[in-house]
Amino acid sequence: MSAQAATAHTTRSPRSVEKGETLLEIRNLKKYFAVTEGVVVHRTVGDIKAVDDVSFTIRKGETLGLVGESGCGKTTTGRCILQLERPTAGEIVFEGTNLERLDQKAMIPMRQKMQVIFQDPYSSLNPRMKVGEILGEPMRVHGIQPDRAKRHKRIAELLAVCGLNPKFADRYPHEMSGGQRQRVGIARALCLNPDFIICDEAVSALDVSIQAQVINLLEDLREEFDLTYLFIAHDLSVVHHLCNRVAVMYLGKVMELAESDELFDHPMHPYTRALLSAVPVADPKIEAERQHQVLPGEVPSPINPPSGCVFHPRCPLVVDSCRAEIPPLRELRTGHWVACTQV
Amino acid sequence: MAKLLEIEHLHTQFFTSAGVVEAVNDVSYDVAEGETLGLVGESGCGKSVSALSVLRLISWPPGRIVGGSIRFLGKDLLKLSDAEIRRVRGRQIAMVFQEPMTSLNPVLTIGLQITETLEHHLGMSDAQADARAVELLGMVGISDPERRLKQYPHHLSGGMRQRVMIALALSCEPKLIIADEPTTALDVTIQAQILELMKDLSKRLGVALIIITHNLGVVARYADRVNVMYAGKIVEEGTADQIYHNPHHPYTIGLLASVPRMDQHRGKRLVPIDGQPPDLTKLDNGCAYRPRCRWAIDRCANEIPPLEHVGDGQKAACFRSHELGDEARAVS
Repeated sequence: MSAQAATAHTTRSPRSVEKGETLLEIRNLKKYFAVTEGVVVHRTVGDIKAVDDVSFTIRKGETLGLVGESGCGKTTTGRCILQLERPTAGEIVFEGTNLERLDQKAMIPMRQKMQVIFQDPYSSLNPRMKVGEILGEPMRVHGIQPDRAKRHKRIAELLAVCGLNPKFADRYPHEMSGGQRQRVGIARALCLNPDFIICDEAVSALDVSIQAQVINLLEDLREEFDLTYLFIAHDLSVVHHLCNRVAVMYLGKVMELAESDELFDHPMHPYTRALLSAVPVADPKIEAERQHQVLPGEVPSPINPPSGCVFHPRCPLVVDSCRAEIPPLRELRTGHWVACTQV
Repeated sequence: MAKLLEIEHLHTQFFTSAGVVEAVNDVSYDVAEGETLGLVGESGCGKSVSALSVLRLISWPPGRIVGGSIRFLGKDLLKLSDAEIRRVRGRQIAMVFQEPMTSLNPVLTIGLQITETLEHHLGMSDAQADARAVELLGMVGISDPERRLKQYPHHLSGGMRQRVMIALALSCEPKLIIADEPTTALDVTIQAQILELMKDLSKRLGVALIIITHNLGVVARYADRVNVMYAGKIVEEGTADQIYHNPHHPYTIGLLASVPRMDQHRGKRLVPIDGQPPDLTKLDNGCAYRPRCRWAIDRCANEIPPLEHVGDGQKAACFRSHELGDEARAVS
């Protein structure tokens, strides 16, 4: 199945963004969720600062990894980009359009260009719809392929592209394995010919041997359809393998951002270092020689985050100024940004 | 080292409407005193069921241990009465489960759950049990243990709850702890804390540990010996070094080639294992890995390869393990 065959049936506006240029820019994104009290009268008693002043850009054709532990805001960042959450503040510029200023209706054509693959292939597919209907619905809604016969042909092509038998169009999700369902999730993300796909923990729920199949599929599709990914994951080994650049988040903030090789070879932020050291490598000889730096304590509550640098209570390099001032992201090497004053 | 646990020809089956699931299919292995054994494999390979079988925690219906023997300190656990096995559970063999939220009782305080075990198994008085509970929580790195004893599981974070589970497991000074995916639900920095704690405590107290996991990195870091399971059988067994550097079974080779590794060059493409694990209700008289194996021969379809010595204590269940030379291992 070639790229031309799969895309030939849809008409689309010419791509305005060339490879390597900025496709998506996020400026000072903030998303606070109100914490309320009271049953009848809701009073806001605080904010959960899920995403707090995050900025980064994604270039056309690259894969940006967004890593961090539970509750660091990586998924919320993705949802804000897709306008599934309205940001509290900040700008999200996609192909030159400010998404946060668009209303629901104006957002519809943008949604064709941005799709998402979710983590759980069990809960993200409607159990009452056949695979063919799951893939056909977005095309029908967006009026991409009104003709039924052509739509069926395109569904068969999409399934084949994702390594599934086209006969699966007549099956229900429960008749398939986890890996096959995730391929359906990927086919659904592709069916509108997007430029940009957010993979939110897209391979985390899969077994290792199946995970490798899906990782290879994502790589092939990126090549074939000129896709740009935002790859949200907590598994650093997978991120290292798939991503060109990586942003490390902690408690709603970006701690470090660099090219993948640079970040994994020369991590500078103490959190990134601890994170990398915590990941066991599948090789007992290397493991025996590695330094294991175990980070004390746990991630604090985002309702009442620490003052100054949010990482300071767990940081081995902490000094007095860390408790008072929020360290800005500084470019310490070319393209390598670090939010720490002590490195 | 003396053998602590010897499992021989264990068969555990689940009788479902879809047929008989052969979850554990003729599994034999042993654990020496004080050692850490890693049990690895993917979902449904029987790694958890084989461990649950040790404590006879397979509920009927639908599951049943249909054959084999499990000798622990000279006794066959499968022949004990219900009252006798209850004295082994928690007292001599303890378990740490994956999900600390569902394995702790949500309506009882942490303190009650720990002291109950101590009073039941060791016959301690309330005061003795309280003092010991404080000591245990301190040992697993929980600060302010007196206050924590009065709290409920929902007051604690996931990592804290797993520490409580470890404290519970250690409470009666067991000889063996079975940890079933103990850190899968936890974040990576917390995972490191918990695993280091378990390793440290098991060394210090001389407790043997069976770590069940799908994470090859965790096994590489913490296990002395490794059993690789596939479709209800052990397909390879050896020291961690042998399994990772000199694998003899095609599944082990395939598994190692499919994990992305941080220490390797990014551009390297992963080599996945094609296809999917077999349906355990429809196993035939051949090697279960055959449909996914790139080295399968006719013989693999007609005979089940036995787990045989391939040298230096290492065992593999493959007719061609001796031929899978450097070329095959270069894949991984």
